[in-house]
Amino acid sequence: MSSYDIDSPPPRRRAWTGVERALAAVGLSGKALVIAAPAIWLTVFFLVPLAVVFGISLTLKQFGRPPYTPLLTTEEGTVQLTLHLNNYIRLFTDSLYVAAYLNSIKIALISTIIALLIGYPMAYAIARAPERWRNILLMLVILPFWTSFLLRVYALTGFMRGNGVINQVLAVFGIEPLVMMQTDFAVYVGIVYTYLPFMILPLYTNLVKLDGALLEASADLGARPARTFLSITLPLSMPGIIAGSMLVFIPAIGEFVIPSLLGGPSTLMIGRVLWDEFFANTNWPRAAAVAIAMLVAVVVPVMLLQKAQDAVQDSGRTR
Amino acid sequence: MAKKPQLAIDTRPWRDPAAKPFVRIRNVTKKFGDVHAVHDVSLDIYKSELFCLLGGSGSGKSTLLRMLAGFEEPTAGTIEIDGQDMTHVAPYNRPVNMMFQSYALFPHMNVEQNIAYGLKRDHLPKGEIADRVAELLSLVKLSDYGKRKPHQLSGGQRQRVALARALAKRPKLLLLDEPLGALDKKLREETQFELVKIQETLGVTFIVVTHDQEEAMSLATRIGVMNQGEIAMIGEPTDIYEFPNSRFVAGFIGSVNMAEGVVIEDEPDHVRIRSAELGCDIYVDHGVDCAPDQILWWAVRPEKIHLSREAPDNPHDANVTRGLVEEISYLGDMSVYQVLLDSGKRLRVTQTNTVRGNPDSITWDEPVYCTWGGNAGSVLTV
Amino acid sequence: MRRGWFLPVTATLGFAFLYAPIISLVIFSFNESRLVTVWSGFSTKWYGELFADPQMLGAAWLSAQVAFVSATIALVLGTLCAVALVRFKRFRGRTVLAGTVSAPLVMPDVITGLALLLLFVAMEATLGWPAGRGLVTIIIAHSTFCMAYVTVVVQSRLTDLDLSLEEAAMDLGATPVRVFFDITLPIIAPALVSGWLLAFTLSLDDLVIASFVSGPGSSTLPMVIFSKVRLGVSPDVNALATIIIGIVALGVFAATVLQLRSRPKKLRN
Repeated sequence: MSSYDIDSPPPRRRAWTGVERALAAVGLSGKALVIAAPAIWLTVFFLVPLAVVFGISLTLKQFGRPPYTPLLTTEEGTVQLTLHLNNYIRLFTDSLYVAAYLNSIKIALISTIIALLIGYPMAYAIARAPERWRNILLMLVILPFWTSFLLRVYALTGFMRGNGVINQVLAVFGIEPLVMMQTDFAVYVGIVYTYLPFMILPLYTNLVKLDGALLEASADLGARPARTFLSITLPLSMPGIIAGSMLVFIPAIGEFVIPSLLGGPSTLMIGRVLWDEFFANTNWPRAAAVAIAMLVAVVVPVMLLQKAQDAVQDSGRTR
Repeated sequence: MAKKPQLAIDTRPWRDPAAKPFVRIRNVTKKFGDVHAVHDVSLDIYKSELFCLLGGSGSGKSTLLRMLAGFEEPTAGTIEIDGQDMTHVAPYNRPVNMMFQSYALFPHMNVEQNIAYGLKRDHLPKGEIADRVAELLSLVKLSDYGKRKPHQLSGGQRQRVALARALAKRPKLLLLDEPLGALDKKLREETQFELVKIQETLGVTFIVVTHDQEEAMSLATRIGVMNQGEIAMIGEPTDIYEFPNSRFVAGFIGSVNMAEGVVIEDEPDHVRIRSAELGCDIYVDHGVDCAPDQILWWAVRPEKIHLSREAPDNPHDANVTRGLVEEISYLGDMSVYQVLLDSGKRLRVTQTNTVRGNPDSITWDEPVYCTWGGNAGSVLTV
Repeated sequence: MRRGWFLPVTATLGFAFLYAPIISLVIFSFNESRLVTVWSGFSTKWYGELFADPQMLGAAWLSAQVAFVSATIALVLGTLCAVALVRFKRFRGRTVLAGTVSAPLVMPDVITGLALLLLFVAMEATLGWPAGRGLVTIIIAHSTFCMAYVTVVVQSRLTDLDLSLEEAAMDLGATPVRVFFDITLPIIAPALVSGWLLAFTLSLDDLVIASFVSGPGSSTLPMVIFSKVRLGVSPDVNALATIIIGIVALGVFAATVLQLRSRPKKLRN
């Protein structure tokens, strides 16, 4: 192999491509640019807006444009900062807000549990289905997710209304029509219906990885199927249960569309309260205060919970 | 078994103090946080060598290799390749190529595109690239596989593509990270042979990282044994096996019997060590750098001990001890005996089975004498 | 393992629950009567009505534009963010970036929408931009929350990517930018496609955020649907839903087939 003459110098390599050279010329590394673009975007359109919300939550409603009192006023050359805590005080004194907050948690929690009870056996059935069926079943779970969320809620209204499909079926059996729309029941059905795929997918991912030999070993050691499920399958699928429940609970708690289309006037949910405060009452400062309260009472705990959960899973992985 | 390059003594540059090393690693240290992955390593490697870095996991051998490739920057020290300082040069500007343990074949490119990738980065003319790729494909005997994607190849074929891709740019230095690690045993032995042949034909300097001592012994011109980020010993395979410099190296390569003893005679032409563990004296027929009353260790390979039923000649009143055969493993070409000495220590002894179906061979529960020559073992102070 | 009756039965009931409302929705889109729940004969007149409704068509066109542009912006920013988080292990503000990019995933839409609206109002008052609200503000809002989803999708693919592939390319003489375009990008392409599709769908589907940040005359499709549905059942919405479901079903079916075809290769790798 005479062509491999190692003494011949290797061809010169180009140290920089044009892009990198241009970046270097203005003192930017590619790395800095990659980080900066999303970081700047998120700062301007995510972090700053939250600060603005906080600022406006400390003003008062007024008539005019914008419909809130200015934070900073200039009077005879001195800049004055005026903060009002009225909005926050109202959140605690007016029982509407606390009730809406507690009710949101209740509705989200109950819906999550129902979704888990329905989703778990479905996920388990798909995971244990013959391999060629699995993908099709999984596709059937995912398919509704890709269709419009709003339209699925709408589909439910057609199903549950006074002269809807359910009551027509009941009428065939001579059963009196049920009032389902504009009740809390309809909201539960709506949340479970729309978020069920989010419950099933993480559960499926977890359950499909479950080693069948574990179940056989348990049976071999004398456990009946129910015992095996309780002491093997259920504990091992805990990460899936937690992940799925979070995926249902988190969006459910701030839900607006479902309570406003399916719920009645008495179905108080915090997202809907914020919406009404803004659109119906045009009280921007109050809406901002509700948003900040939601952030503190809902989003922050959820993020902390998720972080703790991640940490647990990470430590589990390294073990 | 692969054939080791047969070099006459005068062609071994590492034995010539005036020879200029090709790769010069000087006091290189790499810290990850507070952990020393590599600690103060100095190493010279010469042109056309096939140098093996041998060590267990976490010994720092892979980190050292990655520093040669440029994927890690040394915390301290310098790396020179062919007289040029490469310590802080980016990987894409080094005249060095690497064959990865996982092969790292680009899954979205076919075999030809994989091999041509490095050549394209050098902006070689199209025709030349095609010629070079064809040449390399024939070198690794994959001429009919150019259009295949990596996932359509067997493990051995992928390994050869990875080799061809790494050789394509005619690097001055080829780094191989566990090149045979992912192959099964039979394929490994064949490929080992091919690898040495290619290295000899092209004359490229190879640095191979491996944890497999057999692989290192059969491939390398020299071996660097690494332990806990440091080089424990550098030497030709025979040096490493027959003349280990420490208990670690003696124990790491092959199997060994190790006994502790005290120096009772320290003469320029011989040393006598009293070993309670062996229940006899050890007579070493050459001078050793030690002092009377010093505690040291004596290491001997199992095949250097001879078993006999009758007491052998014993001119020095040493190097003979008695025991009982406790266990025999028959391996066909040889048998491994485990002898329980009167002192309670167990010795591992191998005897070649030179006579077919020998009815007179030493068997279980027989009392035997274990003997060895004055030059059979290594005296170790560390 | 032996199989009992419990799992198949619950699974069947579950799927029935998921699909019965959708199926009835589709059936009644072909109903002659305005009463969407009483069958009075087959007709496609609601489809005709749908395509003759300028408000609906205008909103659909606006939504499509918004979704296309937002998904593309979100793809670029989300991919950059994922690369930053996965490939650069140490830089100042890394934890902040990681936290901020995932925050929209848990942020209720009402808060995101309100916050962005208040920002746009404040910006208009101080900077004079954006003048009024409409296409641009909706795109900005959607890009921001879709970016989080793209980041998650791309991040998980990048984490799985064998780092030695990139090192091998660099070893063969490719600069980091080249490595990204030659190796990383083609290999993560499927994740980019699904990230973009996810962003597109989420944007197309969003009602709440768009309601906050859109201005007069810039109603997106979900906003129009919502205002119609609020007033009661309307059969042209059924027709629209049927079209959307048809498109999605076709798309998901095609994606599944493609995935199944590429599966054996992946397994062998």
